[in-house]
Amino acid sequence: MSSIGTGYDLSASQFSPDGRVFQVEYATKAVENSGTVIGLRGKDGVVFAVEKLVTSKLYEPGANKRIFHVDEHVGMAVAGLISDARQIVETARSEASNYRSQYGAPVPLKYLNERVSMYMHAYTLYSAVRPYGCSLVMGTWNSYDGPQMYMLDPSGVSFSYFGCAVGKAKQAAKTEIEKLKLADMTVKELVKEAARIIYLVHDELKDKQFELELSWVSKDTKGRHQLVPKEIATESENLAQQALADIEDSDEGDM
Amino acid sequence: MAFMGDMMNPAPFWQNGPAPGAFYNFPGNSSSFGPSNHSVKEFKAHSAQPITTTTTVIGVKFDKGCVIAADTLGSYGTLARFRDCPRVIRVNDLIMLGSGGDYADYQYLKDIIEQKIIDEQCIGDGLNLKPRSLYCWLTRVLYNKRCKMDPLWSNYIVAGIQDGEPFLGSVDKLGTAYEDAAIATGLGAYMATPLLREGVDKGNLDEETAKALVRKCMEVLYYRDARAFARYQLGVVTAAGVKIDDVTEIAHNWSLAHMIHMK
Repeated sequence: MSSIGTGYDLSASQFSPDGRVFQVEYATKAVENSGTVIGLRGKDGVVFAVEKLVTSKLYEPGANKRIFHVDEHVGMAVAGLISDARQIVETARSEASNYRSQYGAPVPLKYLNERVSMYMHAYTLYSAVRPYGCSLVMGTWNSYDGPQMYMLDPSGVSFSYFGCAVGKAKQAAKTEIEKLKLADMTVKELVKEAARIIYLVHDELKDKQFELELSWVSKDTKGRHQLVPKEIATESENLAQQALADIEDSDEGDM
Repeated sequence: MAFMGDMMNPAPFWQNGPAPGAFYNFPGNSSSFGPSNHSVKEFKAHSAQPITTTTTVIGVKFDKGCVIAADTLGSYGTLARFRDCPRVIRVNDLIMLGSGGDYADYQYLKDIIEQKIIDEQCIGDGLNLKPRSLYCWLTRVLYNKRCKMDPLWSNYIVAGIQDGEPFLGSVDKLGTAYEDAAIATGLGAYMATPLLREGVDKGNLDEETAKALVRKCMEVLYYRDARAFARYQLGVVTAAGVKIDDVTEIAHNWSLAHMIHMK
């Protein structure tokens, strides 16, 4: 372990001789310890699904939410340190609100993403601060641009995606997402897939309890970001559990 | 939240303090007194009159909700300058807002209220602003502005459903506020209020009679108020939500006009 960093990891404002910024890499590690978050961009909207790990049975159900509204039309799902993420959410909200007051129109996700990315990036430049230990997925839908989705890293890097995953089981989740024909699917189909993937990649041995959070923003919601209605969420969750049980049955059959 | 001060740009650490190496300049002493010692930016202009104005907005309560109506004319003094100034809005499912007076001040406040609603939705706890809260908030904002001798030059009517009951209240530019079953602002306060009260006092006002009553008032106002206009908005709020109709036009008839001779 002593070789890790070796003196170059004490500040976000210093490079290591081989050109790395260790503080940023550690921040990325913090994200990888978090519950899995996926974002799917279909033909008529974006769906978010979060595997929210419940670390104590003493928490009330629904506590420490990981999906946020940023503006009427923008949703954000977060992975990593929740308190860091909440601060980013506040920043994003005030940027969205500023844009609205200046231009009298909802902020296009492209610009919101740019502003939030620059903000996160600024925290990778100075020795007095540490980078944010969280990754964000932002999504929206409007009739002009259609569905849009971006994922932001602690480094301040962001890309637009058709489908993305962060957190513990991001590899497994990405493999599942790649099997989907995202561009042809509606949010109603995607929400079931999203629930299925979260249940599939959840590691029961390491993390016992989790809550599934689902939200969407689509043509059907008139471009508003909303939590998936209870009936649809429960249905998707039941289907996900069923799918998981089927896999386990067939595994036993093979043996 | 947007209204909790600017996190990114905090106020200076020591406002009006001496610059490094300088003495503190105490305000109001003999050496600093007199107009020559004040820079141009220290003189502050206050709004003394409205610019683009709208006229009456009327509201009436019926058994299960409220009706609000207002025409769409923006006047520049006596000039009928803007013909499409909507000023009845849905605030949320249970609140409707109407305004009269300076149109720019109304637009300013409308943007703030809309952001308030978005902030509330962002919290996502399912709680919604209630009409009496908005009404009270408006009294605070308008009263505060008038105390700075710089009022927002407009009147507001808040209509909505408060805990299942219809709510109708009015706030003027000074922050003076009252609730009533029938409210008309501006010139309509003199001409429409008696008609509205007559309708309300008969009792058992239902949605259709209330709407008919308001439509009658809009017609009377159009004939008698020189700042009124034939096109108007009419909105209804009930427990089922807010419904604001498309702009409708009064069928006017001036064939009697030549018989009226002013002495």
